Amino acid sequence: MSETTPQHENPPPPDGIRTTGADAPGDLPRAPLAEARGTGRIGDKIFLGLSRGAGVTLLVIMAAIAGFLAIRASHALSANEGNFLTTFTWDANANPPVFGIAVLLFGTVVSSIIAMALAVPIAIAIALFITHYAPRRLSGPIAYVIDLLAAIPSIVYGLWGGLFLVPHLEGLYKWLDDYLGWTKIFAYHDGAARSLFTVGILLAIMILPIITSVSREVFRQVPRMHEEAALALGATRWEVIRMSVLPFGRSGVISASMLGLGRALGETMAVATVLSPSWDIVPSVLDAGGGTFAQNIASSFKEASGDMGKDALIASGLVLFVITLVVNGAARLVIARRKEYSGANA
Amino acid sequence: MMLQRKNGLRAVAAGALVVSGLLALTACGSDDNSGSSGGDASKQAGNIKCEGKGSLLASGSSAQKNAMDLWVRNYTAACGDTQVNYKATGSGAGIQEFLQGKTAFAGSDSALKPEEVTASKEVCTDSQAIDIPMVGGPIAVGFHVGDLDKLTLDAETLAKIFDSKITNWNDEAIKKLNPGAKLPDLKIQPFHRSDESGTTDNFTKYLKAAAPSAWPHEPGKAWEAKGGQAADGSAGVSSQVKQVNGAISYFELSYATSGSIPTVDLKTGAAAPVQATTENASKAISEAKIVGKGKDLALQLAYDTKAEGAYPITLVTYEIACEKGNKADTLQATKSFLTYLASEDGQSVLKERGYAALPPEIATKVRETVTALS
Repeated sequence: MSETTPQHENPPPPDGIRTTGADAPGDLPRAPLAEARGTGRIGDKIFLGLSRGAGVTLLVIMAAIAGFLAIRASHALSANEGNFLTTFTWDANANPPVFGIAVLLFGTVVSSIIAMALAVPIAIAIALFITHYAPRRLSGPIAYVIDLLAAIPSIVYGLWGGLFLVPHLEGLYKWLDDYLGWTKIFAYHDGAARSLFTVGILLAIMILPIITSVSREVFRQVPRMHEEAALALGATRWEVIRMSVLPFGRSGVISASMLGLGRALGETMAVATVLSPSWDIVPSVLDAGGGTFAQNIASSFKEASGDMGKDALIASGLVLFVITLVVNGAARLVIARRKEYSGANA
Repeated sequence: MMLQRKNGLRAVAAGALVVSGLLALTACGSDDNSGSSGGDASKQAGNIKCEGKGSLLASGSSAQKNAMDLWVRNYTAACGDTQVNYKATGSGAGIQEFLQGKTAFAGSDSALKPEEVTASKEVCTDSQAIDIPMVGGPIAVGFHVGDLDKLTLDAETLAKIFDSKITNWNDEAIKKLNPGAKLPDLKIQPFHRSDESGTTDNFTKYLKAAAPSAWPHEPGKAWEAKGGQAADGSAGVSSQVKQVNGAISYFELSYATSGSIPTVDLKTGAAAPVQATTENASKAISEAKIVGKGKDLALQLAYDTKAEGAYPITLVTYEIACEKGNKADTLQATKSFLTYLASEDGQSVLKERGYAALPPEIATKVRETVTALS
C-alpha cells in the first residue's frame, strides 16, 4: 500500500465514504481522489474497498445497537405501568412492572456536572503547566504520570473511593455544611459520605487524564507565531495564554471535555461501589442517596427477571445513549461556531 | 501443573480406599495446598460415589457459592473424571439458564414460582423442575458501635432500626434489651443491599413475620423501606459495617466471621437470647414446613419460631433440577454430585464456611428425592 502513497495525495479514509458517487466533480482538493479511482490499480481498489467497508461497518454497528436498544426498550415501555420519566421507583421484575428514570436521570446529570466542574479547570491548568510553564525535564514525567491515571481500571478507583476516599471526606463535608449548609444543596446530616458529591469527586479524578492529555496536545499545536506576536506586543506570559493559547485551543478543550463527560456519564463499577443508592431525590448532594443509569444497570442486572426486568434496564440504557448523543451534538455545534474565529481546524 | 496436582489428589483418594489407616500420613505428605481442610477433602473422598463423566455445568445463587466451592473441590478430588463448574450468577439468571437448558441444575435462594415450574416442562421431558433444599445458613445482623461486642435485640426493635424509626444507639428500647451495656449517643446507620438479593428477601420476610406491626413494608428481594444507606453485595454491606461507626446490617454469617464483626443476639421469646450460629440456624430450619407438592421440597421457614435455641433469621437455598427427564448425558454426574451434597459428609463440611447443615428429617427426604431423579 505504501507504494501508492507518493503518487497521489492520499485522502483520509472517511472522505472515501462521504464522496461516494455524490460530489466527484467540483472542488479542487477532491480531484486526486477521482483520479485515484480512475487508475484502476488493484491496490487502490482494495484500499478503497477496505476503507469504505470499515466506515460502513461502523455505521451498521451503531445502527444495530440503536435498533436493539429501541426494540427491547419499546417492549418494556409498553408494559410499564408507571410513568417512565416521573416514577420514583424501579419494580421492573414485578408483574405488571412499574419503573421510572427520574432518580437515575437526576443522579447521572448531577454527578457528571460535579465531575466536570471539578475536572475541567484542573485539567486545563495541568495542560497549560505542562506545555507553557514546566521546564522540559519536568513536563515529560508529569505528562506520563497523568496518562498513567487513565490506565487504572475503574473498579480499582471504586475500591479506593469506597475504602479510602469516603471515610476521609466526612471532615470536608462537615466543613461545607457549616458554611454552606443554608443552601440546602450542601447540607450534610452525618452518615457515611457515600453521596453524589463523592461520586462526582471520584469521576473527576477518573476523567482528569483524558481531558488533560487531549488539551495538552491541543495547546502544543498553537502556532509559535501567534505566541511570539503576542510577546512582541509586550504581553506577559499569562496574557499570551489568554490571548493566543486559550482561544486557539478552545474547541479542542471542549472536545476533550466531551470525551471526559462521556466516561463520567457511563461510569459503572466505580459508582456502584461508592454510591449508596436509593429511589428518591435527595436535596443535598452531600447526603447519601440517588443513583445513576449505569450504576442501576450494574446493580439490578444480576437479579433482573420476569418478562421485563432486563428490557427495563435496556430502556434506561437507551436514555443514556440518547443523552450522550445530545451532549455530543451540542458540543459539535459549539465547536463549529468557535472554529471560524479561532483558526483551529484540527 | 494443574494436571499434576489433580493426579496427586486422585492418588490420595485411591490411597484412602485401599489403606485407610495410612490416610492421615498420605494427606500430610502430599503437596496439597488447600490448608487445614485438605485432610477433610481426602477423608470425604472415600465416601463419594463417582458416576458419570465430563463436565457438569450449573449456575445460580451466590449465597451458596462458598459451600459450592468447597463441595466442588472435595468432589473433583474424588471424582477426577467429572468437572463441576458452578457459576454464581445470581438466582434469577441461574433459573433462566436452567430453563434454557444450558445447565444441568440451578442454585436458587427461593423456590420456583408457578410460572417457572410451567416453563420447566420444556426442558424436563414429560416432567417438571423441583426444588431440593441443600444449604441453610444464618443471616447474621452485624453491628459496629464503638467496641461493643455484645448486643441483644428483638424483632420489633430490629424492624424499627431498619425502618429508621429508632435512630440513636442510646434509644430507650435498645437500653431496655441491654441492661448494663454502655450504649453511646451515636447515630444508627442501617445498611441494606442495593442489589436484589435472597438475603434481603429472607431478612424482610423475618421482619414481617416476627414484627408485623413494626415492619409495614412488603418483603422481597429489593429493599422497600426508605432511609438508611445501601451497598452492593454482602461483601459491600459487611465492609461498610466494619468501616462505619454506628452501622448495622445483615449478611451471611461467614462475612461476620471472616471480618470479625460482632453479631446481634435475638430475643425470640425463648428463655435466653439466641446467638447467630450454624447450629442454632439448623434448629430453626427443622421447624420449617415442607410446602412443595410431590417430590418438590420447597420449605416454608418458621420465622416467628420461639423454640429454644432456634435462630430464626435463616436462609435456605435450593438446587433445582428436573424430577424426571434430566439431560441423559449429565444425569449420572448430577445425581452423583447431589447425592454427595446431601450426604452426611457433604452436610457436615458446611459448618466451616458458616453454613448450617440440613436437619436430619429434611436431609432424609432430600436424599430420597435425589436418588429418585431420572
